[in-house]
Amino acid sequence: MSDHTVRAYDKELEILGRKIAEMGGIAEKMLSDAMDALASFDLDLAERTVAVDPRLDLLQRDIEEQAILTIARRQPMAVDLREIVAAIRVSGDLERVGDLAKNIAKRTLKISAEPRIPRAIIGLKAMHEHAATLLKDVLDAYAQRDAERARRVWTSDMQLDSLEDSVFRDLLTFMMEDPRNISFCAHLLFCSKNIERIGDHSTNIAETVVYLVTGEPLPVDRPKGTGALSAPQPV
Amino acid sequence: MNEVNADLALKMSIKDLKFYYGETLALKNINLPFYANKVTAMIGPSGCGKSTLLRVLNRMYDLYPKQRAEGEVLLDGTNILARDQDLNLLRARVGMVFQKPTPFPMTIYDNIAFGIKLYEKLPKKELDDRIEAALKGAALWNEVSSKLHTSGLSLSGGQQQRLCIARTIAVKPEVILCDEPCSALDPISTAKVEELIDELKSHFTIIIVTHNMQQAARVSEYTAFMYLGELIEFDHTSKIFTLPEKPQTQNYITGRFG
Repeated sequence: MSDHTVRAYDKELEILGRKIAEMGGIAEKMLSDAMDALASFDLDLAERTVAVDPRLDLLQRDIEEQAILTIARRQPMAVDLREIVAAIRVSGDLERVGDLAKNIAKRTLKISAEPRIPRAIIGLKAMHEHAATLLKDVLDAYAQRDAERARRVWTSDMQLDSLEDSVFRDLLTFMMEDPRNISFCAHLLFCSKNIERIGDHSTNIAETVVYLVTGEPLPVDRPKGTGALSAPQPV
Repeated sequence: MNEVNADLALKMSIKDLKFYYGETLALKNINLPFYANKVTAMIGPSGCGKSTLLRVLNRMYDLYPKQRAEGEVLLDGTNILARDQDLNLLRARVGMVFQKPTPFPMTIYDNIAFGIKLYEKLPKKELDDRIEAALKGAALWNEVSSKLHTSGLSLSGGQQQRLCIARTIAVKPEVILCDEPCSALDPISTAKVEELIDELKSHFTIIIVTHNMQQAARVSEYTAFMYLGELIEFDHTSKIFTLPEKPQTQNYITGRFG
């Protein structure tokens, strides 16, 4: 696409895009740090992860303010309008991803005193791998304006839902085996929910990317995992 | 190809229209529908032919010897480009509001009575009623009812433009052509004219040429984008301004032109 006659307009959109990329980088790092901290019970890393979150919040507020200013100043139309709406939406999703990663880090701090069951974390690691891939793919799709890639993310979140189901069953088993595991596993249940929610935010971003590129929304119904547990649940 | 809504009644319709200024071809094979009681906006950069097109619709160009149109412009199914078309009657049916307010140097009352008297002989009472209705229709009555016999030139720019709209609707046209009706007005007057357009469309078919894209997006149901004498795209306004099909349209409405 050619440039705007008003160059400052291009500049504004470019800055928006750059800030989204920065948010994406931070959110990805927070997620992987939070999971590393959980897997290796690294409290120091968990604390640092929690401390990064305000940076993400600030960036999101920045993006929103700038987007509103651009709307007021330029009255964007068509692809520009979608660009700006997408920036607002994506920044909102990434901010939530940061919150969820922060929650995982906070739980790591909480369960540090509990008896540990390392094998209970294996399922979570698998979930994390999948969620991290979704997030990375959707951020790439956003950066490259690749609707096809976004669509693939949108459909493959389903697998994350199924993984969550199996983690849920594993954790139940551990809790039934020995009531002393309950506290630890209950915290992990929340962590798995957090990871699953991160997957949902990735699909939100995927929807936004498809809308941004094609101007058409994706269908309301997204393919969901088959388990009864993957029914939509409150945040 | 341009019939985006076959269910609506057609008020006017342009078929294979070509227009020449002397040897210069200014409109190249335009096909375009205008739906009854809808507002259609014409947008495009200067020189794209949108004002020329508007001038064809009530045969304003007939005033100039070297200008000619080929093709058909149907008004309720009748070709108004036909040689035997009564131009006075046509201009009564297809009224026009210009870019700059053009009140005559006479009283507010006479500004409106003047047009009516061209077409009809009305008793005084009926004429008064018609003038009041026109001023009310143009949302000007409350501001001028006490000073109908002062000069039309004493009004503000926005009021003058609404006076011109009152003058246009007083002769009970079926179609109103607006050529940049707000470009000389401040934002408040512009809002009043836009509000008026919204009210008027229940009685008239409105075609508006505007450089102000946001205005086109606000007031119209259909939008035609023209470039270099060609119709590039015609569609629902909501579609044109969110998801236009043609790259030229997108470039124009997003400010990426040339």
